[in-house]
Amino acid sequence: MNTVDHQLSERQEIEALLPWHAAGTLSQRDAERVEQALAGDGELARQFEAVRDELQETIHLNESLGAPSARAAQKLFAAIEAEGARAPRRRSFDLVGRIAGFLSGFAPRTLAYAAAAGALAILVQGAVLTEWAVKDQAGGSAPELASKSSSEGPAIMVRFAAQATAAEITSFLGTYKADLVAGPRPGNFYQLSVSGLKSPDEISAVVARMQAESRIVEFVAARE
Amino acid sequence: MQATSDEALIGRIASGDRLAMQVLYARHHVRIYRFVLRLVRDEWKAEDLISEVFLDVWRQADRFEGRSAVSTWMLAIARFKALSTLRRKPDEELDDEAALEIEDEADDPEMALAKKDRSAAIRKCLTGLSAEHREIIDLVYYHEKSVEEVAEIVGIPENTVKTRMFYARKKLSEMLKAAGMEKDWP
Repeated sequence: MNTVDHQLSERQEIEALLPWHAAGTLSQRDAERVEQALAGDGELARQFEAVRDELQETIHLNESLGAPSARAAQKLFAAIEAEGARAPRRRSFDLVGRIAGFLSGFAPRTLAYAAAAGALAILVQGAVLTEWAVKDQAGGSAPELASKSSSEGPAIMVRFAAQATAAEITSFLGTYKADLVAGPRPGNFYQLSVSGLKSPDEISAVVARMQAESRIVEFVAARE
Repeated sequence: MQATSDEALIGRIASGDRLAMQVLYARHHVRIYRFVLRLVRDEWKAEDLISEVFLDVWRQADRFEGRSAVSTWMLAIARFKALSTLRRKPDEELDDEAALEIEDEADDPEMALAKKDRSAAIRKCLTGLSAEHREIIDLVYYHEKSVEEVAEIVGIPENTVKTRMFYARKKLSEMLKAAGMEKDWP
């Protein structure tokens, strides 16, 4: 990768600024300088048209490259989760981190495409989950995810699908009156507690219904 | 409702806020991925690299001083990691040869078809540029980085940024000419 960087003549100096002028990233002073040159130099104006073509096709080319798969996000947030366990950087409001860790396991691709809108949605969902999942902190201890005693209902292990959105998972948990008890565990499993289930038949029926929602969960099983 | 600024997100990430990390990732990972992919030309490797880039952001957020835009800082990290990967496998640094191949193949059926479509020809030649030239063209045109920001990302003086872009465009012009496409150049 060898490039010889030569000094530019005065006219070449203006010409060299054309790409930034087309992209709108020149300072006002330089932009005015280029505009003045363009107004009196037909050849330079033709160059500018060529620059605009290049800019358009560069954007087109990059936009055609697609987006990374969910694997990249899974790898990243698994590494962060692993570091979080030993890093002393958590603050007292680490509840948000716990919620983020929870969210990180299942919505990366959706986040990729949702961009800014997705960010807003997650913030809202995070607030909803926080309100829903946090126990009363009257005792003043550090916040923690709601961990209803497993005796209140059978523990169900799930792994959420990568494409499931935060909204879908929130709805899923609400539908089954399920509480997030723990997770993520190795393999991105989360433990849910579903209240009101007593007999093995009831448990099996709920698990079967959950398994049918393959868009949201890719694995569901009752833990003995 | 105004979106949280990148700088504010970095501040929260420095405090260990993983939700902020999610938001930052959602906001920037596609562009970072495309920047890296254009350098390493391997989707699997590019995915690994963006994980590493954002993990560095997570680890180093408390050291971010705000002297440049967050996206500029992340692109600089991404560039360093991409080049490190390429250096580990020198046989992948054949971009200039790839560029020459593009010129030599002016008469192949693919390029002959491209002659009918100037846009397609430009894109093909953009792909055939050296990594150094691809990089600077992407940073200026796609990532909308100023002269100063490119200088920071690439680690070269601002005047060198201008001349490198100038010669990248000149090379592109030569490739288009070799492909039989008209292009204004002095």
